[in-house]
Amino acid sequence: MTEERQVPEAAFGSYYGRPILKVTRWREPHLPAYLFLGELSGAAAVLAAAAAATRRPALARAGRLIAAGAAYAGAGFLTAELGRPERFVNMLRVAKPTSPMSMGSWILAAHSGLVSATAASELTGMATRLGTAAGAAAGLTGPLLATYPGVLLANTAVPAWHTAYRELPLLFAGGALTAAGAGGLAVSACRAERDDFEAARRLALAGAVLESAAGFGLEHRSGLSGEPYREGNSGSMLRAARYLTLSGGAATLAARRSRVAAVAAAALLTGGGLCAKFAVLRAGVASARDPKYVVASQRNEA
Amino acid sequence: MSNRLHGRLDDVSGDAGYAGHPPRVGFFTDTSVCIGCKACEVACKEWNALPEPGPDALRLSGESYDNTGALGANSWRHVAFIEQGPLDVGATITADVLGPALAGVTDSGTVAPATRWLMASDVCKHCTHAACLDVCPTGALVRTEFGTVIVQSDVCNGCAYCVSACPFGVIDRREDDGRAWKCTMCYDRLRGGMEPACAKACPTDSIQFGPLDDLRVTAAARVAELHARGVTDARLYGADPDDGIGGAGAFFLLLDEPEVYGLPPDPVVTTKDLPAMWKWAGGAAALLVAGVAAAFAGRRP
Repeated sequence: MTEERQVPEAAFGSYYGRPILKVTRWREPHLPAYLFLGELSGAAAVLAAAAAATRRPALARAGRLIAAGAAYAGAGFLTAELGRPERFVNMLRVAKPTSPMSMGSWILAAHSGLVSATAASELTGMATRLGTAAGAAAGLTGPLLATYPGVLLANTAVPAWHTAYRELPLLFAGGALTAAGAGGLAVSACRAERDDFEAARRLALAGAVLESAAGFGLEHRSGLSGEPYREGNSGSMLRAARYLTLSGGAATLAARRSRVAAVAAAALLTGGGLCAKFAVLRAGVASARDPKYVVASQRNEA
Repeated sequence: MSNRLHGRLDDVSGDAGYAGHPPRVGFFTDTSVCIGCKACEVACKEWNALPEPGPDALRLSGESYDNTGALGANSWRHVAFIEQGPLDVGATITADVLGPALAGVTDSGTVAPATRWLMASDVCKHCTHAACLDVCPTGALVRTEFGTVIVQSDVCNGCAYCVSACPFGVIDRREDDGRAWKCTMCYDRLRGGMEPACAKACPTDSIQFGPLDDLRVTAAARVAELHARGVTDARLYGADPDDGIGGAGAFFLLLDEPEVYGLPPDPVVTTKDLPAMWKWAGGAAALLVAGVAAAFAGRRP
């Protein structure tokens, strides 16, 4: 009987090539969708607060509604990820600084409350001062909601996530700006509000630059820790994300004169942001599945 | 304060808030005397009424006598079988490589054909700095008065954060049940003054249970004894209270590198870097606000 090597030649020993770590139970599309919706809601809340402060009512209204809608949709995906969704409320049983998910649950709860109040006020026209105040407060919870998932993922034993604790929050902050900018572009292009449109364009461009730079940083992490962001399915996905984001950025530059280009730019930027989230999940899975990532990172540190 | 997240912590139960608690207990698994009988796996399954792992439960893995595969939600002890010999190494193994005791040096000095079979019963490490416990958002994972770590199944909502946080790949979610499960070190038996089922069942005392301080003394003596007998590969794993997890409550005597047994060579609790992670997230959040402010600045009254 001929024996085939099941395990590729590795520099390190392993137990039949089996993973040392458990592969994450977080799955597609729930986790990437939650990451995307969380940063969208967070940045839309900041956008709405800034638009309200600079008297851009149309953009403020759009930002408030997007922030509320994305917060609820994101919370829905988050709950659907649980093994016991009916126990979602146990997330608020304790407040635990060592658990980014506990901190994130409180941030999400506070943020959702604030953006709900703002959106309700916006829609009904009631208690506008309270609504504006809640919107301003959501401008503070929003950035945390957008970037805390960087800590959520990094605070694990998963090599591709843990070693990327600098890049991940920047990727998510960039993605948040891009997502909110894309929303602003689509809304203001359709309403033809010149000044709103310019603000959304600047936002989308800033986001595209930051998101691409963070993605570039992930890919170029030295040695094995960057490999899942370069190779395999996760690497392809991250490259796709960057092509989409950069072409979205280019379309944003061209969008000055064309409503179609603005909507296309928004679609490309949104696609890029979504792909980046899938890439991050898949890189984590790849790095947990192959024991070489665990052994290499720990042998090099020792 | 810094040792709340990592580093040495001598009174782990006291740190968790227990006053007048019993001594910290643990397992010392001496793999040099493990015979691979899996009595520990069976005793654990029976005492804790663990379900079968799934439709693959009776499959043949092709990995020596191991058909459990790994620790998981339904397997809280796992006996690893590692076959080492000329076929794998590509050279004749001599007493120099294996140590005379294991290579089977006879009285006349001849060396037996060298293959060796490593067997090791793995289990939850009940870390001093347990990442699963640190990251659990519901407080379902708690430290017991014995210094062990357990999941309160009436609280766990199955978020699976612990699954990705454990540096040993121990805890997992039971998919038909939705909650996370792992070794409790037989908390119910400990409360009743009994030793855990696996240690009770082990016929060779490969699994020893007792106060952790005592076990560390026993283990150090055992390593010294093996070294004296020429088994220079013998080493302790998880016994050092200054290591990356602050020392394990369940530690091991191994005869090869940890990764050969499927163990991480030098695990560090992920929470050690938590302050740095929040700093970067805070910086990114500030950058986000600055980006929006810049985009909306200028013109417009």
